[in-house]
Amino acid sequence: MLFRFLFFLIILFPFKAFALIEVDITRGNLSPLPLAVSPLSIDSKSKEGFKKILNKKDVGSEISKIISNNLKQSGLFNPLNKDAFLQKPDIAHLKPRFEDWALIKAQALVTGKVSLIEGKLRVEFRLWDVLAGKEMMALAFTTVPNNWRRVGHIITDKVYERLTGEKGYFDTRIIYVAEEGPKVKRVKKLAIMDQDGYNNKYLTLGNELVLTPRFSPTNQMVTYLSYFRNMPRVYLLDIETGIQEVVGDFPGMTFAPRFSPDGKKIIMSFATDGNSDIYTMDLENRVVERITNHPSIDTSPSYSPDGKYITFNSDRSKYQQIYVMKNDGTNVKRISFGNGLYGTPVWSPRGDLIAFTKLHKGKFYIGVMRTDGSGERLLTENFYQEAPSWSPNGRVLIFYRETKTNSKGEGFSTKLWSIDLTGYNERLVETKTDASDPSWSSLLSN
Amino acid sequence: MELRKIFKNIFLVVVASLVLSACASSKKTTKIQGDVYTGSDTVEYLASGVPDRVFFATNETVLTTASRETLRKQAGWLRKNSKINVVLEGHADERGTREYNLAIGERRANSAKDYLMTYGISSNRISVISYGKERPVDSGSNPLSWSKNRRSVTVKAN
Repeated sequence: MLFRFLFFLIILFPFKAFALIEVDITRGNLSPLPLAVSPLSIDSKSKEGFKKILNKKDVGSEISKIISNNLKQSGLFNPLNKDAFLQKPDIAHLKPRFEDWALIKAQALVTGKVSLIEGKLRVEFRLWDVLAGKEMMALAFTTVPNNWRRVGHIITDKVYERLTGEKGYFDTRIIYVAEEGPKVKRVKKLAIMDQDGYNNKYLTLGNELVLTPRFSPTNQMVTYLSYFRNMPRVYLLDIETGIQEVVGDFPGMTFAPRFSPDGKKIIMSFATDGNSDIYTMDLENRVVERITNHPSIDTSPSYSPDGKYITFNSDRSKYQQIYVMKNDGTNVKRISFGNGLYGTPVWSPRGDLIAFTKLHKGKFYIGVMRTDGSGERLLTENFYQEAPSWSPNGRVLIFYRETKTNSKGEGFSTKLWSIDLTGYNERLVETKTDASDPSWSSLLSN
Repeated sequence: MELRKIFKNIFLVVVASLVLSACASSKKTTKIQGDVYTGSDTVEYLASGVPDRVFFATNETVLTTASRETLRKQAGWLRKNSKINVVLEGHADERGTREYNLAIGERRANSAKDYLMTYGISSNRISVISYGKERPVDSGSNPLSWSKNRRSVTVKAN
C-alpha cells in the first residue's frame, strides 16, 4: 500500500526518485517486506579457486544465504525462497526482468557477482526496486577470501540502511560468557562470536570465574570481571593480542565495568566495607576518580552516548532503583518509580532511552523508559532474565534468560535472546554452550 | 434439619482446622522463618557446636538473632584459636541481577565481619569476598533453596 503510494509519487516528482522503498521500522515484524536475494553469480574459474581456498562449493550462494538470514532475523524483511526465482543470477545482476520478480511478489531484489582476482575476493552487489524498475544502489568490495562472511554482513548493512534509513547492525560481534557444568559448580569462559553465531571463539580457559564482559566502542578491547587468584577485579582484555591487565589498584572488589563512549575511561563499582560506590579510571593516565559517595549500593553504571550523563543502579531508597546523574556525580535523580525493583540500566546508543531489568511479583522483565523515567514500556516477561545490551543502531536488545529448575534442582539452562525495541521479533540467539552476559559490539566497518 | 446443619458446620470446622494444622506443620518442616533459612542441611561446622554460616532475608543484609548467636560462637572459637584467619564469603540467591548481587554479597559478608569485630576479632584476621549468585549451594528454583543460598560463610583461610 505504502509502496504503491510511493511509486505514484515518483511519477509525479521524477527527481525525488531516491526514496523508492521504505520499510516502516516503527511497526516491527507485522508485515515484513518481501524481497529476493538472488544467489551471487560466480564464474567457473573463480568457483574452482574458492573451492580450494575456502573449501566452499559456491561462495556466491553462501554469501547470499548470509544476507537472507540476516534480513530475516531482523524481522523487517521476508526473504523469498530462491526456488521460486525465475531469472539466472548472472543475468539478473546485469538487467533484472522486473516482471519476473514482481510475479513472485518481491518488492526489492539483491543481485551480485563474486570473483577471484589475484587471490582476492571481489564482490559487487546491486539493490533493485522491483516495482519502480530501478537500481537503488550498487557497490563493490575487494578483500581477503577469509572475510567472506563479513562481506555478507556488510552487504546486509548496506541494504538495511538503504531500505530503512537507519544504520544496520550485522557486521558486529557479541561477547558473552559461555557456561558449562552443574548449577552449583559452573565453569565460565569469555567467548566471542559474530552476531549470527558463527566464528565462535573462547577467550579464556575457564580456570577462573569471569563475568560481565563489555565491548569498547573501538572494538579492540573488552572490560570484564575476573576472579583471577580469587580476587574479583575489573580487567581489560585486548581481543587481538590476548593481553589482559587489571584495571586500577583497588584494595577490594571492583565490578560492573563499562567503557565511556570515547573508549578512554572505564566506569565501574568499587566495594569496600559493605559499601559499593562508582568510580572511573582514565586508561591513559590511570587517574581514578570517585563519582558517587553514598552509604547505599551504587552499581551498574552506564554513560549516555554523549558522555555527559551516567545512569546507574542504587538502593539508596531502600530497594534497587534506577538513577541518572551528571558525569561528575552531581544532580542525582531517581527515574524509576513503577512497581517493583529495577536494575541494569543501559543507555541507548541513540540517547533517548534507557533499557533495564525489572523484578515485579516474582517475574523478570526487560523494558525501556525515557531518560527522565517517563514512557516505561516492558518488552518481555519471564521467570528470569536480565542484562540487556543494545545493538549499535539502538534497535534491538540482546539479553540472557535462565530456566527454572525442577523439584530435584535439575534442568537449569541459560541462553541468549534478542528482541526488537518494538517488543516484537523475540528470538533465541543460538550458542554452542549455555550463555549469559551478552554485549554487542559497534559496527566493525566504518 | 437444624441438627444436620449444625453437624455440617462442625464437620467444616474440623476439616478447616485439620487443613490449618497441616499448613502449620509443613511450615515447620520447610525451615524458613520470615524468609530466613533456619535449618541446617547445608551447614558445616568450624568446630563442634560452631556453625560456619548465617542466613539472610531477601534483599536484606541485616543479621537475625540466630545469625548473631552463630557469629558469637564463631568469635569465641576464633578467640581460642588465635592463629586461624578466616574468609567471609558473601552470597546471594538467583533472584537478582548479577551486579547488584555481587554488591549485596559483599555487604552481607561485611555485616558478619563487623559483628565478629565487635566481639574482639581483629579485622586483620578477616578477609571478605563476594560471589554474588555465582556459587549457590542449592540448585533449586524455590523459596527454600533461595533461602539457603542467601548466606555468609566463614571459611578457614589457613
